[in-house]
Amino acid sequence: MDYFLTEEQQMMRDVAREIAEKRIRPVAAHYDETGEFPWPVVEAMAEADLFRVFIPEEYDGMDNGTPIMNMCVVTEELSKACGGIALAFAATGLGTMPILVAGSDEQKKQYLPRIASGTLAAFGLTEPNAGSDAAGVATRAVLDGDEWVINGTKQWITNGGEAEIYTIFCVTDPTKGPRGVSTIVVEKDAPGFTFGKKEDKLGIRASATRELIFQDCRVPKANVLGRAGTGFINAMRTFDLSRPGVAAQAVGIAQGALDLSLKYSRERVQFGQPISGFQGMRWMLADMAMKVEAARALVYAVARWTDSRPKERVTAHSAMAKCFASDVAMEVTTQAVQVFGGYGYMKEYPIEKYMRDAKITQIYEGTNQIQRDEIGRGVLVASAAND
Amino acid sequence: MKICVCIKQVPATTEVKFDPATNTLIREGVDSQINPFDLYALEEAVRVKERLQKEGQEATVTVVCMGPPQAEAALREAISLGGDDAILLSDRAFRGADTWATSFALAQALLKLQPEVVFCGMQAIDGDTGQVGPGIATHMDYAQAPYVAEIEGLERRKILVKRLLENGYERCSVRLPVVLTVVKEINEPRTPSLRGKMNAKKAKIPVWTAADLGAPEEKLGLQGSPTQVVKVFSPPHREGGQKWAGDADELSGKLAGLLKELEIV
Repeated sequence: MDYFLTEEQQMMRDVAREIAEKRIRPVAAHYDETGEFPWPVVEAMAEADLFRVFIPEEYDGMDNGTPIMNMCVVTEELSKACGGIALAFAATGLGTMPILVAGSDEQKKQYLPRIASGTLAAFGLTEPNAGSDAAGVATRAVLDGDEWVINGTKQWITNGGEAEIYTIFCVTDPTKGPRGVSTIVVEKDAPGFTFGKKEDKLGIRASATRELIFQDCRVPKANVLGRAGTGFINAMRTFDLSRPGVAAQAVGIAQGALDLSLKYSRERVQFGQPISGFQGMRWMLADMAMKVEAARALVYAVARWTDSRPKERVTAHSAMAKCFASDVAMEVTTQAVQVFGGYGYMKEYPIEKYMRDAKITQIYEGTNQIQRDEIGRGVLVASAAND
Repeated sequence: MKICVCIKQVPATTEVKFDPATNTLIREGVDSQINPFDLYALEEAVRVKERLQKEGQEATVTVVCMGPPQAEAALREAISLGGDDAILLSDRAFRGADTWATSFALAQALLKLQPEVVFCGMQAIDGDTGQVGPGIATHMDYAQAPYVAEIEGLERRKILVKRLLENGYERCSVRLPVVLTVVKEINEPRTPSLRGKMNAKKAKIPVWTAADLGAPEEKLGLQGSPTQVVKVFSPPHREGGQKWAGDADELSGKLAGLLKELEIV
């Protein structure tokens, strides 16, 4: 279907598609099995200018005024080949969002050109006791002269240990609850900043997930994004912008699994004919295709709407895109394994990986239960406002 | 440093079909692509440029292609892959050129550009002659180094290369200016970048005709082509070696006999 991408977005899609087919697909199984970080692919993405698509022109980016839609188009293409490798890109987008949302011009000049040229970023909110309940953050930052002194541990941080630039959410005023949280940029080489072990995961195994450990970590006072105390709102606004990216990753994973299923069903012969000739199989494929297309249409609509209203909160709809697309990805990839039958269950075939990779999209950047909470609240508030 | 790359637009298929009446390639109804070997040449040229620029030197890559007007698409693609600008040699007078007339025309264009290094692919996947690169060097009176597998050093007046030959590698130092043809193992070509694509879209690609080259018509195209294609056929596959069976005494005697017969010992 033609979604009427702009000429620039079509170029982004084509550039990402070549990376996906030539650089990612041939190595996806290797990185899934070894869990190594796919640096050669990340370098190819950087050379191809992909990290520029969500960064404004004045900071060496190429966002053309539509950063979220661009990010979605690129993430989807990369995810068709490997949802895990795509995440090196998408999680850098997530780590960059707080700087875009709350950074000063000076801070943007300091960090964004580096990210645009391929320096990875990471977003550090989650802690052992602050997952869905993000307001429970306990990592503490105390001002000492003109430096923040940070202590605490962040958990399950995507790109952890590989990224250079981290946007970290810390309590700067414990008396104020959620209004006492601030976003502080920490660079990888900051004194007192180390990493825990690399997590061994079900899916997205090419993505690095680590603990971030802060022990009297010192960073300049000027590294706080926006005013101190705005961290929680920065995080929520970041999620408004980043959830369409997770949704696009889900659409890409689902489409990748659907493409392989269609091909397999035309090639696999049973009872003297390709299995695509059986009505039971065609109906399965039809449902898969219909759901992927519906998910894509919703994700693109939300991404474009978000780009057109950069100052407005779009929480409920951003949550709808993420929740719907990730549920579709889980369903479609599970069916894709079914299409492949016994072969689908074997690691020798590429399809079971899609099912493993899909699962995370229902969990991270807010579980789908949290998304439904957001959507419910959003639609009820809107209804009450119309009374 | 001025670097040029010669590319050819070829059919995007591995099943090349010939017209039996004229013994020429059938190009109708087949998508086109940049000759894959030329992509390695382009990539190497861009890498040399980037290396020089990192060292603070000026360097540009100009891509040259001879072909019909639609070959402009190949040149735009070359810009998206890191070329700075491009020139299309296109004129009815160039039509029907064999490797002699093709390399002559390309040489005339390159002589106007005066590059220090010219990169070509080792051969095109349609004609497979491997003659155009060395032909260009000869017509330009440039040094040549065909089948380059690695550039080991580049200085102001010379280049150090490792050439892939049938029985091994040859390293040589070649004076500039030089024409290199490259083999597949020299690099892994990049995929297009966004900035490259934007540049490719905006690029103005001049078309040079026979008149622009100032070349006499009798040296161009079919007129300037001494080659007559008499017959096109697949060469026989190389035969495998002989296999002898037997015990050590028997075989060593037989081997000694053969070596004597061949006057090796």
